[in-house]
Amino acid sequence: MPTFVYMTRCDGCGHCVDICPSDIMHIDKVTRRAYNIEPNMCWECYSCVKACPHQAIDVRGYADFAPLGHSVRVKRDEEKGVIAWRIKFRNGKKDMDLLAPITTKPWGTSIPQLRDVPAPTQEQRNSELLFNEPKYIRFDDGDLHTLESNGLKMVEGVEGF
Amino acid sequence: MLGTNPFFELATVISPGLMQGYVILMVLLVIGGTILDMLHKKSAQYFFENAKRAQKDAKRTLGGGEKASIAMQTVANEVLASAEFKSTRRRISHLFTMYGFVIFVVSTAVLIFGYATEAAAGIWPVLWHLGALSLCFGGYWFWFFIRVDVASEGVKWYNFNGRGDIFIVGLITMPTFALLWSVTMGTGALNTLFFVLFIASATVLFGSVFWSKFAHMFFKPAAAYQKRCLKADGSRENLPDDYDLTDPAVQARYPDIPEYMGTNPPDMGLGIGREPPRHY
Repeated sequence: MPTFVYMTRCDGCGHCVDICPSDIMHIDKVTRRAYNIEPNMCWECYSCVKACPHQAIDVRGYADFAPLGHSVRVKRDEEKGVIAWRIKFRNGKKDMDLLAPITTKPWGTSIPQLRDVPAPTQEQRNSELLFNEPKYIRFDDGDLHTLESNGLKMVEGVEGF
Repeated sequence: MLGTNPFFELATVISPGLMQGYVILMVLLVIGGTILDMLHKKSAQYFFENAKRAQKDAKRTLGGGEKASIAMQTVANEVLASAEFKSTRRRISHLFTMYGFVIFVVSTAVLIFGYATEAAAGIWPVLWHLGALSLCFGGYWFWFFIRVDVASEGVKWYNFNGRGDIFIVGLITMPTFALLWSVTMGTGALNTLFFVLFIASATVLFGSVFWSKFAHMFFKPAAAYQKRCLKADGSRENLPDDYDLTDPAVQARYPDIPEYMGTNPPDMGLGIGREPPRHY
């Protein structure tokens, strides 16, 4: 489910417009506030949510990691170098706070130099796999990947990490 | 020229009573427009519902003194200094426009109600002209350089964008024609033309509150006050806390912080805020 903007919080600065990879955050011509012009095309990357200096953008999340009706809010503090998440279930009781260092590379410092990457072989070109397909989702090197086959184990609750 | 009271000249043609009636009519239009705007957008209802919801999530109750202190902070930061703007140039432009508007409107009212029949009006004519100049400076800066959707939506400076621009067009044409009217005082037809345009723009500005964004000057302070209250009472609209990374309790709870950032993490710089948004 897509992003939406709290109009009373937004000041129309345009950070979300700049950062949206789907190009669907725009500034409304009448109110001069941001809005999602094409909710169907929003893939919930949370880029705009994190970029908003006023925390004016929110997402109604799917039920993929918490039952529907939950609240997932994030605050990315660049100066402190951390990102904080808060996930609150709809019953109001399950309320999780997470805090982690920002691990992405500084803005503009990690531009892929694809000309230096070796060209794919003919076999790779003929393969149905994508270039640089992540190894955990590959099916061509044996059996299906599982937590066990990769030496991982399930931990209960987000706090477990 | 700045010290000339233009309404003294005007009083020879239009009676002070008529001028005062016009000012009162404009005030009534603003009040009526704001009330209709609130009813239509249900903004007041939204605020109260939001406040009620936040009260449920509040971790503590704010006392009267604390609320008064928050109100003072809101006035000092958001209202008087437009601190809610993250963009510096937008904030400066807004301050010029806002203070220019307030000074212009107040000095207009003082000149019409107090000095319409007196040529010497003390500092007020100077304030009237300076207010208009400040309003023009901030307004034209906004119109030509800051209108946020110029690049992304392809709106050029000469495009009039309907409801979105009524407010700013009224805001810049009113002081422009007011100044031209004052400057051309005594030149006959041209002066009359500028006076008519001045009144027309003022009427558009104050009469279009329902359709324009004029009412923001009433609800923005309320929104800023509410935002501060939500932070103070701990409800925070479900946002995460502002952690102090040097706090041992925070470091114990989130061991990744001291492990990767040290026990006294440095300032990591502005990050995305370093570059102003340019829209593509």
